[in-house]
Amino acid sequence: MAKEKEIVAPRKIKLSTSSKVFYVICYTIVTLMTIVCLVPFILLVSGSFTAENWIRFHGYGLIPGEFSLEAYKIIFKTPERIIRAYGVSIMITLIGVAIGLLLTALTAYVISRKDFKYRNALSFFFYFTTLFNGGMVSTYIYYIQYLHLKDSYLALILPMVFNVFYLLIMRTFVNNIPVALIESAKLDGAGEWRIFFTIILPLLQSGLATIGLFLALGYWNDWYNAMLYMNTEAKYPLQYMLYSIQQQAQALARIASQAGISVQDLPSSSLKMAMAVVATGPIVILYPFVQKYFVAGITIGSVKG
Amino acid sequence: MKFFKGFAEEFKRNKALFAMAAPAFILVLVMQYFPMTGLVLAFKNYRYDMGVFGSPWNGLANFRYLFASGTGWLITRNTILYNLLNLITSQLLAVLIAIFITEINNMIFKKVTQSIILLPYFISWVVVGVFVYNLFNFETGMMNGVLKAMGMDPVNMYGIPGAWPVIICLFNAWKWTGYNSVIYIAAITGVDGEIYEAASIDGATIFQRILYITLPSIRPTLVTMILLQVGRILRGDFEMFYQIVGNNGQLFNATDVIDTYVFRSLITNPDIGMTAAATFYQSVLCFVIIMVVNAVVKRIDEDYALF
Repeated sequence: MAKEKEIVAPRKIKLSTSSKVFYVICYTIVTLMTIVCLVPFILLVSGSFTAENWIRFHGYGLIPGEFSLEAYKIIFKTPERIIRAYGVSIMITLIGVAIGLLLTALTAYVISRKDFKYRNALSFFFYFTTLFNGGMVSTYIYYIQYLHLKDSYLALILPMVFNVFYLLIMRTFVNNIPVALIESAKLDGAGEWRIFFTIILPLLQSGLATIGLFLALGYWNDWYNAMLYMNTEAKYPLQYMLYSIQQQAQALARIASQAGISVQDLPSSSLKMAMAVVATGPIVILYPFVQKYFVAGITIGSVKG
Repeated sequence: MKFFKGFAEEFKRNKALFAMAAPAFILVLVMQYFPMTGLVLAFKNYRYDMGVFGSPWNGLANFRYLFASGTGWLITRNTILYNLLNLITSQLLAVLIAIFITEINNMIFKKVTQSIILLPYFISWVVVGVFVYNLFNFETGMMNGVLKAMGMDPVNMYGIPGAWPVIICLFNAWKWTGYNSVIYIAAITGVDGEIYEAASIDGATIFQRILYITLPSIRPTLVTMILLQVGRILRGDFEMFYQIVGNNGQLFNATDVIDTYVFRSLITNPDIGMTAAATFYQSVLCFVIIMVVNAVVKRIDEDYALF
């Protein structure tokens, strides 16, 4: 911050006409872009609070034309599906993040150890998967026919648990730990596992937070693996539940009949948006607090490892 | 023999490190490397009961079908064109936004705008799909609401394939501009502040400063980003296309990329030969392209090579 202020100060003194023109363009474009990024969210929230009849005849607006809580009432009148989907999402996110962090940290530590003979070969082994892969068809057939992942929660967890991009980011964090710490612990007679768990892991806090958040975002927003591998509706994670609700008019009719509403009164448009709000809510609420970790991760990831 | 002896020695010396790397190694081996062998399906007549390796070979028949039907060319063309279009628009916009944001002096404005522009990156494509539907659906879409309010006739966007490259490109930019601009902002703020100070003392205008200091400072990043994208030129962003286009068959000619075609065939068609051929050719060509591009870049300027 301090550094930026220093650069900025002298600019302010002399604002020539060309600078003024520049700043007008600059602020205008950035403001426009911000509005474009924000408007869909406002539409979504506003739509979810709009009465279905209003939507049917007037469409959506930035503010609800006719305020209504009907969509949310329907969701929370029969909350079992939503709560279950939330539960699945939370479960796979927690398990996936925990396993993913451990795997990533362990592997990053190994490939950053200069005295490990095969560190480059191992890095290449992982990196190669970003250059070449089996493609959707053979992966799908393998997971189903040989790994028997159909309809198993493992199909939601395993494909995303280890990511080379995160490995490289984590390695950058590990590399920041002074080697001398490891050396001296070794002299004191600590074993490798002890060094990893008592010295490396505690020092990796910001790396773990960063990668953990990336993993969590990936799991939370995943619907693709659910679409490929899950058959049982009770095992759908939140995003895929949202998707299937969006797709299935039958599902809507079922909620409606459970909630005791006749099908033509069903607020399907606003219901979809209310679902989207419910699914996205946690991210938007957490966003201000976790943004800096993502920015750090994106920045580190963009520097070639 | 020498390798095994060396391996045994290293194993004895660093047993714990081997054990630490083993879980990820096995996972990647099973989840990523084993399926690679399934690429042979492109040359086989796959039968579920016979498995990947038991199924009979059928030479290049799968490829012949794929390209003789015209589908192969169509989806390849679409994939490449969309990737080029998205590459140019999203990177240009990201560079522009990054330059502007770093030039903004008002810290609060800067923080708030940067946060909001990054927000779409956190939203799943499913939710984006809901946005798209809300905007364009014929009866209740926002767009037709506005058109009706202005006394014009509503438009059925799902009947106009030509509009979708623009829509897809806009949503791609919407989703990724914030993410990419974070990378460019990092590159720009990495420049020594004294250089800017010296330039402004020497009377450089804001445009000169951007042209001669900021732009050169992001060139390496820009090259890396372009290389990474070129390496993926045959890979369509499945989640984006699938959620934006959905199952609107009318739009497939204009919007089908290799990945969406493969997925649809995989789910609906029990004969996966052609599909397997499409993924084989996608995987292999992608690999060849990235190797060639990287080799060429390495020859021109070693610093810009990816690996």
